[in-house]
Amino acid sequence: MFDNPELIKLVFGRLTLESFPLHEPILVATFIVVALGGIALVGALTYFRLWGYLWREWFTTVDHKRIGIMYMILGIVMLLRGFADAIMIRLQQAMAFNGSEGYLNAHHFDQVFTAHGVIMIFFVAMPLVTGLMNFVVPLQIGARDVSFPFLNNFSFWMTTAGAVLVMMSLFVGEFAKTGWLAYPPLSGIGYSPDPGMDYYIWALQIAGVGTLLSGVNLLATIVKMRAPGMTMMKLPIFTWTALCTNVLIVAAFPVLTAVLALLTLDRYIGTNFFTNDFGGNPMMYVNLIWIWGHPEVYILILPAFGIFSEVTSTFSRKRLFGYTSMVYATVVITILAYLVWLHHFFTMGSGASVNSFFGITTMIISIPTGAKIFNWLFTMYRGRIRFELPMMWTIAFMLTFVIGGMTGVLLAVPPADFVLHNSLFLVAHFHNVIIGGVLFGLFAGIYYWFPKAFGFRLDPFWGKMSFWFWVVGFYFAFMPLYILGLMGVTRRLRTFEDPSLQIWFTIAGFGAFLVAIGILSFLIQIFVSIRNRESLRDLTGDPWDGRTLEWSTASPPPAYNFAFTPVIHDLDSWYDMKKRGYKRPEKGFRAIHMPSNTGSGVILSGLSLVFGFAMIWYIWWLAAVSFVALLAWSIGHTFNYKRDFHISTDEVVASENARTELLATGLK
Amino acid sequence: MNRFFAIALLPLLALLTACNAVVMSPSGDVAAQQRDLVVVSTILMLIIIIPVMVLTVFFAWKYRQSNTDAPYDPEWDHSTQLELIIWAAPLLIIICLGAVTWMATHLLDPYRPLGRISPGKAVSQTVKPLQVEVVALDWKWLFIYPEYGIASVNEMAAPVDRPIDFRLTSSAVMNSFYIPALAGQIYTMPGMQTKLSAVINHPGAYQGFSANYSGAGFSGMRFTFHGLADDAFDTWVADVKAKGTALDRMTYLQLERPSENVPVQHYANVDPELFSAVLNRCVERGKMCMSEMDEIDAKGGLGMAGIYNIRSLEYDKYTRRGAVFGPEPTFVVGICTTEEALQSSMNLQTLPPLNTAPFTGAGLPRPSSTQLFGLQRRPSNT
Repeated sequence: MFDNPELIKLVFGRLTLESFPLHEPILVATFIVVALGGIALVGALTYFRLWGYLWREWFTTVDHKRIGIMYMILGIVMLLRGFADAIMIRLQQAMAFNGSEGYLNAHHFDQVFTAHGVIMIFFVAMPLVTGLMNFVVPLQIGARDVSFPFLNNFSFWMTTAGAVLVMMSLFVGEFAKTGWLAYPPLSGIGYSPDPGMDYYIWALQIAGVGTLLSGVNLLATIVKMRAPGMTMMKLPIFTWTALCTNVLIVAAFPVLTAVLALLTLDRYIGTNFFTNDFGGNPMMYVNLIWIWGHPEVYILILPAFGIFSEVTSTFSRKRLFGYTSMVYATVVITILAYLVWLHHFFTMGSGASVNSFFGITTMIISIPTGAKIFNWLFTMYRGRIRFELPMMWTIAFMLTFVIGGMTGVLLAVPPADFVLHNSLFLVAHFHNVIIGGVLFGLFAGIYYWFPKAFGFRLDPFWGKMSFWFWVVGFYFAFMPLYILGLMGVTRRLRTFEDPSLQIWFTIAGFGAFLVAIGILSFLIQIFVSIRNRESLRDLTGDPWDGRTLEWSTASPPPAYNFAFTPVIHDLDSWYDMKKRGYKRPEKGFRAIHMPSNTGSGVILSGLSLVFGFAMIWYIWWLAAVSFVALLAWSIGHTFNYKRDFHISTDEVVASENARTELLATGLK
Repeated sequence: MNRFFAIALLPLLALLTACNAVVMSPSGDVAAQQRDLVVVSTILMLIIIIPVMVLTVFFAWKYRQSNTDAPYDPEWDHSTQLELIIWAAPLLIIICLGAVTWMATHLLDPYRPLGRISPGKAVSQTVKPLQVEVVALDWKWLFIYPEYGIASVNEMAAPVDRPIDFRLTSSAVMNSFYIPALAGQIYTMPGMQTKLSAVINHPGAYQGFSANYSGAGFSGMRFTFHGLADDAFDTWVADVKAKGTALDRMTYLQLERPSENVPVQHYANVDPELFSAVLNRCVERGKMCMSEMDEIDAKGGLGMAGIYNIRSLEYDKYTRRGAVFGPEPTFVVGICTTEEALQSSMNLQTLPPLNTAPFTGAGLPRPSSTQLFGLQRRPSNT
């Protein structure tokens, strides 16, 4: 059988022994480490008999809180991978001087920077943002779960399947070598015949299904499931930003899906949408991908803005200044996000009037953003500011983000962009807003809501270590890139000629090293906090003296979130309830109607993963089988009538009584 | 106000010139105006950025929890006057910056012929701009001087203070043409033409490169741009003419194949139609030019007969070479007469054999193996 190449091709597609990168020592070593880690993990789970628990309580869960936590874990795991890529880039660029080729060849380096961008946006920032929204939004609006709990589980697993595909490309074949947005014709079949580009396409398509569905889900949740009395203008500000983000997701992600589908057709069946042949036009792809890509930036930053608003108000012990103008600023940003995409390619030569239009719409976005910064400032004004970790991240954000905003507006001036486009100045700019904005926001959010999710705080000492190494490391890593950009150095270069540049790359590499310590401190902090959880325990459910509904319930919240649906009278509803002497009901509980767990999400995403893998390697029979199975299981799932159950009155009473006791010990 | 911030910025600028920041101290007038714009915009924005940063630190310090002397007003969350100010202040800055942007974008439009050579020095009516045709190849630059009939690879020269008119395209994938000392960049895209006007004011050798990632050999896509005095430029042209070899279509097709870190090459006697053939993707004999297809389409297309023409529109699939004709040659009825067509197919047979090995932009052999995923990939740049 093995001497029949036709048969082997039929069974394995283009997958051969050559596809496994056994000749790349870096990858072999990585594989060994990952495999050992994996075996250790699987062994430990088996030894402690955790598989059943994980499957029943976590993998199949439809509880928005657990799904949110799983999103966060996915994001943090992928952060480690994406950051490993970052370190490799910094090391290569710091080494490749004076005729040295560095330690990575083009084949490897081009994959590394592509993977870095794809992973950081799609599999770090997106899961972390979605995870926080998933966890917080239903609690903030007084709901028991999201609108479509099974869809939520399915969305998470689809995102995970995409991440798994990207990780597989490390050890089976290779990843795309096109840059993170994969402009054609370079990403077309003629110039990228390798499976790397197909990994890119299918990972993003599968994860994109998850993102889009979770957007629909949260949108429906916020519109339909608010507690009685919570009118739109009494919506907590984080939920407002989540609403706008999900509007952006629902309107923007289909564009990405469509443009990648067209590219797939070009690559698989020889259509000519983005080729040089037959009148195809690659710039059409560039336009379409940025029509998704620019809103994507706001998809990430808006929830971060929401987090900063919650944190500033809570830790200044003060109402948020200018709630109404905050809301309108968010909505204005949402709309304008669609009117600026062309600023990513002013240098295409579209003409002065077009360029000015897009330049000026871009600048206009800085007006609502500026208003937001002032609103946070005046929230601090006449407050009583506690410098807990979430607030520290917020201050660091305000100081860092304005620099990134300034360089952003600078890049929006077309003639200035002509000299700075694609340079390391640009790279510094978007890291400045994504790290200084999104990531700092996510950290503020993680520290803020962690006690709510797990019932104990994170260790402040290691938190401060992590904070200072991250912030200082960020400045060391990216300020030199601004300077290099002004020295005319462009991005994605593997080797350099001018030796005077080396010192700046060395400083940037040192910054990345500091950030690595920051990440390490964060991991140590989680470990230390779990070990010392008893001394960090939060008994009240309201460790920060919070203002919104999620702090009115226990930490961690019971599966049903609220034993009684709260009624809202004020914007800062929990603050209002506390001020008016709210007394927690201690009897009269009733059974609660809840959705049931289901394994369909895991199975459907597993089948999608197989389908994607089969498509990447041209294993047509497997693709057909998995696709049919995917359809069959989806249809079969609609016949599942065991969708819901009731948490009995006794259980509700038991868990509420336990909380009453906890609160009593807290008061002693 | 502006002067104050300009002074505040001086140390930063000094630092940048010290580290050879070419974007901040360019040698061409267009780049210099773009630099000025960078500085003016930065100053305009600092008017609001600096107070925000100062206020952030000041408020964070003053209203810290331990400072019980500071006023505390937990219910204060609205002030119409303040909100007017916080919306109006950025708005005013953006109105100024927007006006500057509108004007500068039009004045510094790369397609606009130059109005001046340097501050206060208008372009003389008698001087004809230097025409340069640029082709981004995988992975090197080809510069064609139609006026002189010469061309060079990875080296470019231009006389000081004479306007340069670039016309740019790309042979395979997108690149961006950028000489920081001269002027801002512009994309080079296959099948499309972009334009750039620029002028160099000081003699010297400057770095040029591609500013858009284009595949494996991207890092080596560098060239030197020489700003030369008039007589030195004439010497350079004469030198290229004397020592260069001919650049006809066959030579170009060889040159077009992917190669990395290519040394400087000079060509005399360049096919005058070469650039337009590259732009229309019909350098190879038998390929229909895109402009011809446009013409046919503009006249309503060719109906069913047009189907036969599409094979000659296949430019860079990996099957591109040698796969032009089926069993019988097909021709555009609207352009050739039968006699011409016959003549053309006679000519084809006398041409030297083409290297028909398929090639791709990623066509360089992988460092460690030539066999990839069961697909036999022949080394294509040898």
